[in-house]
Amino acid sequence: MPLAVIEPGGDLATALYIVSFSLFIFGVRRGTHPTTARQGNLIAATGMAIAVGTTLLLDGIGNWGLLIAGLAIGTAVGVVASLRVQMTAMPQMVALYNGVGGGAVALISWSEFRHGLELGGEIPLDEMVPILLSTVIGSVSFWGSNIAFGKLQGLIPGQPIKVPGQQILNAVLLVGIIAACIVLGATNDDPSQGLFIAVLIAAALLGNLVVLPIGGADMPVVISLLNAFTGLAAAGAGFTLDNVALIVAGTLVGSSGTILTLEMATAMNRSVPNILFAGFGALPEAAAGSGEERPHRSISAQDAAISLSYADSVVIVPGYGMAVAQAQHAVKEMADELERRGVEVNYAIHPVAGRMPGHMNVLLAEADVPYEKLREMDEINPEMPRTDVAVVIGANDVTNPAAKDDPNSPIAGMPIIEVDEAQQVIVIKRSLSPGFAGIDNDLFYHEKTSMLFSDAKAAAQEIAAEVEEL
Amino acid sequence: MDLIVETTIFVLAAFVGFEVISKVPTTLHTPLMSQTNAIHGIVMVGGLIVIGLADDPLEKTIGVIAIAFGTINIVGGFMVTDRMLGMFARRPKPKADDEGDT
Repeated sequence: MPLAVIEPGGDLATALYIVSFSLFIFGVRRGTHPTTARQGNLIAATGMAIAVGTTLLLDGIGNWGLLIAGLAIGTAVGVVASLRVQMTAMPQMVALYNGVGGGAVALISWSEFRHGLELGGEIPLDEMVPILLSTVIGSVSFWGSNIAFGKLQGLIPGQPIKVPGQQILNAVLLVGIIAACIVLGATNDDPSQGLFIAVLIAAALLGNLVVLPIGGADMPVVISLLNAFTGLAAAGAGFTLDNVALIVAGTLVGSSGTILTLEMATAMNRSVPNILFAGFGALPEAAAGSGEERPHRSISAQDAAISLSYADSVVIVPGYGMAVAQAQHAVKEMADELERRGVEVNYAIHPVAGRMPGHMNVLLAEADVPYEKLREMDEINPEMPRTDVAVVIGANDVTNPAAKDDPNSPIAGMPIIEVDEAQQVIVIKRSLSPGFAGIDNDLFYHEKTSMLFSDAKAAAQEIAAEVEEL
Repeated sequence: MDLIVETTIFVLAAFVGFEVISKVPTTLHTPLMSQTNAIHGIVMVGGLIVIGLADDPLEKTIGVIAIAFGTINIVGGFMVTDRMLGMFARRPKPKADDEGDT
């Protein structure tokens, strides 16, 4: 083709790929502050444009009609989806993008495998190993991400779905995949495509089975882990294709996903294997909804407005319920009304509030809450005793004092936002139903706590209106 | 390229990744994840290369799907990250003495 001007693997191509991955690293580095992060994203996108542009100019690029069709379809879907998605739906959007990335890696690896067969059958081990790794990880990531998307979007029930003997089935699948990969590696002079496809399918099954039993609230961990997986699969593809940009970019993503996964697991005081394999939500069935009615105090929006407007400092603790109710703008309005009356309002963000790391921050940023007001758990907890009113909006387990008081609680040891230390607590919630962990929240029955039974959005709007009238 | 060279790049990139990413504050973790997510869309480059080698209908189909998937990953990922970060950037300045601490 006339476009082909750059020699693949040559100095020019390599230099351009190095520019590309340097821009990725620089772009992510600019992401450390809210004011520079947007520029950082553009820098990384420029790096991507250079990588894609370089590749299109490589000698040997062909099948232009199909290639352009693929690019056009992908661009159209990507643009439309990213413009239409609501901020509350960001976790499933990221899951979906992650999934297609994993799918792409698996398909590319399959294509490379087939190409290797056509070239005479023998696939050298230093290509075979990364091909197999990318295939397995990419396929697990694709299917796992799709299940995560389905759960977050409400297409599949968010509760853990358990199949009897699941752990054994997963173990059998994993052992089978490893065994098949070893056989493919050992017979790399003439590997069987049937066996390769079997690996692809087994990895797909494994991706489904591993994510299905994980409950919705653990999805942040799953999504970042799968993100790390897709990154590593991309790095693997870089080994096969001898492409430095793929190796560095994929590894960067692998690091990022790993860090986020570990941070969140720490924030839940659980190990990553525990999150992946314990089927947490199904654990304390006996404790859940024992039916007995415990005394609690309920409060009207009007009374809540009075308490809040006469407070000096208020801390708002948002959770997934705020996202579900799309209440972030109403919450901001409520906070604005309070600030107009001289009340100091801050937001306490638990590391695992919501369905992905930093989920609450994005929603509140959408509502124009300045990021200085979004305080991390460790920073805000010491201030809790000096806080007049803590308002819990759609958060549950992350405020449950049982985590520190009751060593037998399933969430014992999980760091929480210590709202029970505040002078007064108002919990906005639709009912007393237990949270994701399936355990009663002692906070609801605490002497300092008043329950405002309402939808988060409606409650915030009512309180804002009442405060305005006071 | 030499496998040893590639492995060296891989290991060094992992350290760079850990260094850079661990400096990103919690507030920006969602955009970070979304941006790194877009970055792994670079596998699409692999799709561009393999489709050039494709000569039977199955390989061509695999190639087109792989390119489309990778492009969704890239285009959607960067655009959605830009939307999110735009919300962090457009904050109205509440007070004049408000220092932008890192």
